[in-house]
Amino acid sequence: MSRHEAAEVFVQEARDLLERLEQLLLDLEADPGDAGLIDAVFRALHTLKGSGAMFGFDRLAGFVHGFESAFDQVRKGAVAVGRELIAVSLEARDHIRRLLEGEETDEGEAVLARLQAAIEAPAAAAAPRRQTWRIRFRLPANVMVTGVNPLALLDELRDLGPCTVTALTDGLPALKALTPLDCHLAWDVVLTTEHSRDDIEQVFIFVIDEMELDIAEVPPAEERWRLGEILVERNDVPPAAVEEAAAAQEPIGALLVQAGRLSPDRLASALGEQQHVRAEAQASRTAATVRVPADRLDDMMNRVAELVIAQSKLDQIAGASRDLELKSVAEEIGRISLDLRDTTMGVRMQPIGALFGRFRRLVRDLAEELGKEVEFVTSGEETELDKTVIERLGEPLIHLIRNAIDHGVEPRDERVELGKPARGRIALSGRHSGAEVIISIQDDGRGLDPDAIRARAEAKGLIAPDAVVSDAELFQLIFSPGFSTAERVTSLSGRGVGMDVVKRTVEELRGRIELESERGRGSLMSLRLPLTLAIIDGLLVRVGQARYVIPLAAVEECVELTREREVASQNRSFLNIRNSLVPFLKLRELFGVTADPDPYQKIVVVSAGDQRVGLVVDEVIGDHQTVIKTLSPLHADVPAFSGATILGDGSVALILEISHLVAQGQPDEAALRRAS
Amino acid sequence: MSTPDRPERSELLTFQLDTEIVAVEAVRVREVLDKAPVSEVPGARPFVPGVLNVRGQVVPLADLRLKLNLSIRPPTPDSRIVVLETTIGGEPVTVGVRADRVFEVTELEPGSLEEAPAIGLRWRKEHVRFIGKRGEDLIIALDIDRIFSDEEAQVPVGTASAATFQDQQAPSSERAGA
Repeated sequence: MSRHEAAEVFVQEARDLLERLEQLLLDLEADPGDAGLIDAVFRALHTLKGSGAMFGFDRLAGFVHGFESAFDQVRKGAVAVGRELIAVSLEARDHIRRLLEGEETDEGEAVLARLQAAIEAPAAAAAPRRQTWRIRFRLPANVMVTGVNPLALLDELRDLGPCTVTALTDGLPALKALTPLDCHLAWDVVLTTEHSRDDIEQVFIFVIDEMELDIAEVPPAEERWRLGEILVERNDVPPAAVEEAAAAQEPIGALLVQAGRLSPDRLASALGEQQHVRAEAQASRTAATVRVPADRLDDMMNRVAELVIAQSKLDQIAGASRDLELKSVAEEIGRISLDLRDTTMGVRMQPIGALFGRFRRLVRDLAEELGKEVEFVTSGEETELDKTVIERLGEPLIHLIRNAIDHGVEPRDERVELGKPARGRIALSGRHSGAEVIISIQDDGRGLDPDAIRARAEAKGLIAPDAVVSDAELFQLIFSPGFSTAERVTSLSGRGVGMDVVKRTVEELRGRIELESERGRGSLMSLRLPLTLAIIDGLLVRVGQARYVIPLAAVEECVELTREREVASQNRSFLNIRNSLVPFLKLRELFGVTADPDPYQKIVVVSAGDQRVGLVVDEVIGDHQTVIKTLSPLHADVPAFSGATILGDGSVALILEISHLVAQGQPDEAALRRAS
Repeated sequence: MSTPDRPERSELLTFQLDTEIVAVEAVRVREVLDKAPVSEVPGARPFVPGVLNVRGQVVPLADLRLKLNLSIRPPTPDSRIVVLETTIGGEPVTVGVRADRVFEVTELEPGSLEEAPAIGLRWRKEHVRFIGKRGEDLIIALDIDRIFSDEEAQVPVGTASAATFQDQQAPSSERAGA
């Protein structure tokens, strides 16, 4: 075969490949997520490039190389397939065709550039650009009357991103002419944010028509630093020396102020902007994330907890004092410590996805070992939890997943016989629900066998042979120490830790496990966990002389226990609260308080899961930042309390364990049903 | 009982429970509190009726008098809370212990130490490390770890109603077990 003939063969093959490439691209447009199609496109390009170079089509090979590199990003999953990308890819394919037919064309560069742009566009869209804005605003003089609080507006701006705020007092009239109710100030705010101009305008939505508002984009700081900064950066001079030298010469701003051409406020504002932009530039130069040893985070949380306790002491003192200055400082410190608490807890939050990822391999290996086919799906990977909780959840989850594969999912043949899909399915998901995170593991296997559990429980003497026990109660028995039905329910034995350890770990994290199961259909395990272990918002109440904390997340409402309600509920174990019947517990009776009750008792309605109970207390004192201290093992047998906290006066208040109290209120449910 | 753990020299904090003088190793004692607000834990066993704040830590309060079958006197100006370190289930735990009176830290001469006799004691001999003499007084050195570990291992007594210090007539579960 001559060289010419060989080239002919290549051209023919290449035409076929290009036809195929076109089909593939179109298919890909219809189904952008299909990894098989993306691979096929990549292979076609790769073949074109290789044989093109071999037969001397250098220009073609060069172009295809560019095309291939761009598409490699797609194959690696860095870029999603979009319409724009398909359109440009088709254009590139046409360009290859022209090169193949020997047309003289110099569009190659342009096509590749467009391809590159199409690849980069989605990536850029995914990460919004941080921009710095200069926002200058003056509110209408009567703004206070309309109920708009300028401070609230500034806080809202702060929520958008780092702000530098300068108040402009130019408009401030002389004291004689000053109307105290009017707003005379204007503000310059330099804000760096990923939010759009619209989002910023949204802050002013209620006053935007009456106010002066000027929003301008601030260009990023000069890449080149000033000489002094460069010298400091190179360690040639200490920063103090530069500041000293700079202070010696009169800055331009000061000169302008002296000349009366510039007000000091506006100078301060401009300097603020300069610093802000510089800080931003500095921040973007340094890495966006920092690795910190975990124990430092723990230390930090402990310090914050101490601060919160000290702050509640301060609050107590300030509350009893007439000193207004003290009160305002206490208030300010309260606000700061609250912010600090939230920030610190935020730092400790981690997405649960990292944990889920670890199980993928586990499921695959275990399924293989047991000769089962299992599809493992996860969702809610972005759900965030305190890092300590995540760390300690690993073992229990492994156990539950292992159980689901081992005891839950049936072997392939059995599934087919039962008319189920041949592959078993295990779904692991995380989601937020109030102040809790729910992690659930669901399988579509054989479910729990109440008869087997019952037989086992009777054999172990956990229940009497003639006891009437609901399925839900039976299921709870699998969490008893040493309880295993493995050899009866399945032919496989359980291994390693038991369900009792799983339960204990979850309870140590102040969480709980719920279990639903339907024979032949599968099981659903839900782990309900608190967002954080360290500090919660609580509601402080008084029962007799003692004070208790109710986790605020569990509180639904507080109502008064009126005489009518009291009388109406005399012979019944529920209260009528706005026409719904709620079982209730009198904490005074539960806790054996002998002192006289307050004349007006309060009911705090709390919920756990979808069940509610009203807790009757003597007094609702108010919100309380609750730093959780665990109770010692000596009090492990007291289920009514999940922990304790230290109050401002140094005394200890116990934290009520809501799920226990709610469960305790539930036996009265039957009466509730009879009555309703 | 095998050879008691009998240290060469032992610094002990002595205090009074009812009419008895008892002692714990001084190194175990963190501090002695004059008075501290105690919060009752409803539903807890009478032996551990409450919790208190010791330097920002929530610490259980224990009443050894119940454990040792002593009678419980109402608090007097001499009453104290001895905060000490013990281990329960291998974990270090700080506890507060009620004392009717706290005496001093004293050093017992090795010669004065005696093994706990098997009979003639009002309480379980495992709870006593050794008995020392000081002048005419008998000082009973308690095995704090043992007392608290026993307690933890016991099946919780279901006391639904609040138990207070005044429950002195209530039979304690230990008596039955002894």
